[in-house]
Amino acid sequence: MTQSVIVQVGQCGNQIGCCFWDLALREHAAVNQAVLIDMEEGVVNEILQGPLRDVFDSKQLITDISGSGNNWAVGHKVFGSRYQEEILEKLRKSAEHCDCLQCFFVIHSMGGGTGSGLGTYLLKVLEDEFPEVYRFVTSVYPSGEDDVITSPYNSILAMKELNEHADCVLPIDNQSLFDIISKIDLVVNSGKLGTTIKPKSLVTSSAGTFKKWQEKPFDAMNNIVANLLLSLTSSARFEGSLNMDLNEISMNLVPFPQLHYLVSSLTPLYTLADVNVPPRRLDQMFSDAFSKDHQLIRADPKHSLYLACALMVRGNVQISDLRRNIERLKPSLQFVSWNQEGWKTSLCSVPPVGHSHSLLALANNTCVKPTFVELRERFLRLYKKKAHLHHYLQIEGMEESCFTEAESSLSALIREYNQLDATKSMPVEDLPRLSVAV
Amino acid sequence: MSIVTVQLGQCGNQIGFEVFDALFIDSHCPQRLSSKRENEAYQASCKERFFSEEENGVPIARAVLVDMEPKVINQTLSKAAQSGRWKYGQHSSFCQKQGSGNNWAYGYSVHGPRHEESIRNLIQKEVEKCDSLSGFFIIMSMAGGTGSGLGAFVTQNLQDQYSNSLKMNQIIWPYGTGEVIVQNYNSVLTLSHLYRSSDALLVHENDAVHKICAKLMNIKQISFSDINQVLAHQLGSVFQPTYSAEGSFHYRRNPLGIDWQIRPPLPGLPNLSKMSLNKELHFNTSIANLLILRGKDVHSADLEGFKDPALYTSWLEPVNAFNVWRTQRAFSKYEKSAALVSNSQFLVKPLDMIVGKAWNMFASKAYVHQYTKFGIEEEDFLDSFALLEQVVASYCTL
Repeated sequence: MTQSVIVQVGQCGNQIGCCFWDLALREHAAVNQAVLIDMEEGVVNEILQGPLRDVFDSKQLITDISGSGNNWAVGHKVFGSRYQEEILEKLRKSAEHCDCLQCFFVIHSMGGGTGSGLGTYLLKVLEDEFPEVYRFVTSVYPSGEDDVITSPYNSILAMKELNEHADCVLPIDNQSLFDIISKIDLVVNSGKLGTTIKPKSLVTSSAGTFKKWQEKPFDAMNNIVANLLLSLTSSARFEGSLNMDLNEISMNLVPFPQLHYLVSSLTPLYTLADVNVPPRRLDQMFSDAFSKDHQLIRADPKHSLYLACALMVRGNVQISDLRRNIERLKPSLQFVSWNQEGWKTSLCSVPPVGHSHSLLALANNTCVKPTFVELRERFLRLYKKKAHLHHYLQIEGMEESCFTEAESSLSALIREYNQLDATKSMPVEDLPRLSVAV
Repeated sequence: MSIVTVQLGQCGNQIGFEVFDALFIDSHCPQRLSSKRENEAYQASCKERFFSEEENGVPIARAVLVDMEPKVINQTLSKAAQSGRWKYGQHSSFCQKQGSGNNWAYGYSVHGPRHEESIRNLIQKEVEKCDSLSGFFIIMSMAGGTGSGLGAFVTQNLQDQYSNSLKMNQIIWPYGTGEVIVQNYNSVLTLSHLYRSSDALLVHENDAVHKICAKLMNIKQISFSDINQVLAHQLGSVFQPTYSAEGSFHYRRNPLGIDWQIRPPLPGLPNLSKMSLNKELHFNTSIANLLILRGKDVHSADLEGFKDPALYTSWLEPVNAFNVWRTQRAFSKYEKSAALVSNSQFLVKPLDMIVGKAWNMFASKAYVHQYTKFGIEEEDFLDSFALLEQVVASYCTL
């Protein structure tokens, strides 16, 4: 069996990471290989005093008192070089404990300083030190109403690193997570007859109860991301009739090295209390996976172009159910001409706690483009005015060229997506084949 | 004579288990129609082919299990042991931790050379247990990374080491609508390499077997278990003992029997065999057909339909192209059963489709970087395409 090492960076990263470990331990006695990094003691200390204090070894933590001040340059250039050796050492130790290390999961946010700056610095370090190990990044992108003014700068600088050093990126945005928990709340509080939710089945809660999330929305939201990570690794951890390991995700979903951004959606969000699941309900699960309500990032895959799609099914679902639903959903989805049947599927026998079955859909789809375009726009608005730029430029190693290069990198990516989108309405022609002498 | 089975990858191992189980269950199935002596001869012959000497009365499958990650092999070994009927050898499996990531290039260029010796030793040990080796039965899928890539490498190795023994590859053709996105690349690379080193390719399409489960067997929720069991039944009914054509008193010694190499007037025609149950051949020209009949009335069956020249290519006489094996000992619980192994144009359409899709994808260069990373270059792809286009063309001109 292969192992993954989780690298949680920054406040956001560490909070999500904690939810992840909580859930993971509930799924099975997990090997807790994690390296927690934060440049502010507060968050990590909170974790160490909470119920997970026994899970983490203090040797796995790296903290600094000062924080990064929401400045990518501080995270990346200052803390990067200062802590590189120490972080590397912890990483090496974690790796040594692994029988067969397959993947690093980096969890961070894009908009701040530590997660964004130091988190992406680490990608390069991981690439150099462990070139054979995959780098999967879960990145929380800033929403439009972000409270960090400099988040566009941080995000764009981080994007360049993601473009160049990540194998796979799962972008997430807080607004989508918030919408999901709102939807659940609606169902729970609507008091519809017969809709009692099965305990432990909520994707938003690890404790099995539906806490008053208005007070602590991030807990619920982080749980969703934690569930994503668990489902991603389920087929590698448990048995099934059609296994899918993490290296297969990269192989099948990344047709060209730069296009490695995957839109994820999780269903179900909760399980109703009735035990028997008729096939219609099963089919609903598949339909939901393709609905905007279940995505972890705001995007519209149905009206964009699919490059590839993976369906990772858990629980009592068989190959015929999978086939039936692919046939059913295919006509409403547009796939790129050279990958008309671009489906990667897996069947894992063990469902998540509290569910009889679940589905994680990962789509490589041009619908991520608007997120990137918006990001670029917000960046340009700030950059044109040179607003807050001095905070960055005063850091050693930072120059204006860092910004222009980052913007070019993002623009190049957007261009790739544009080119693909342009092929959307073109008829699919069969290319002339090799002619051979018989 | 014995057959050594090599099970590769998740698919190969899952199917392999079902095959041995089907063979065992059939050979121990209570028979009302055959004499005791006949039944015992059948059992002995089956045992010699597929199982080796028991320890404590439990037969051990003549098989080598190979996978690049441990979950499936562990499952397979324990399923067999738990059944109490038969089991796999304690040291007959080879396994790694990482898997092949659905990457043919990784299976072929990385795992192949790296584990060549270990796998070869395992196979050698199994061969040495046989009094006389008939050949190898290699079970693999085309769509993934281990079965396909490592399978191609291992077959090549067997060709070098055991050039006098028959190598028959059981290939699983993936569902048309993706199980693996790069399945067409993996399939093209597998087939082109196997053509150069295998003697016969026995093909099963997931789509076809799925249809059998749905339409003929009315299974509602079809699982891979169901599919594999149907497959195992078909294989069992081909590989279990039969009498040689001249009605001798002993079961034929060589289970892989007839001369699978057809000598056509045109040079370099490779072999492709397809298995089906009672399929009509009106629209597909055949080079060879093998009919296997088991059970009641095998000697009185009317086989004239199979000798119709319209079924065969013009440069073959039906009498040279058609073979029949029979035994009165019924297969499993079926009073009468028939199996047909056919080398015909039946596979042209699916092959053409796979080549077409792979070609379309290759033209855009999608995913190619995943292969070049491990040493499979664009020229290798082109060679494979060229070879398969030739196969398609050759079959079309029959």
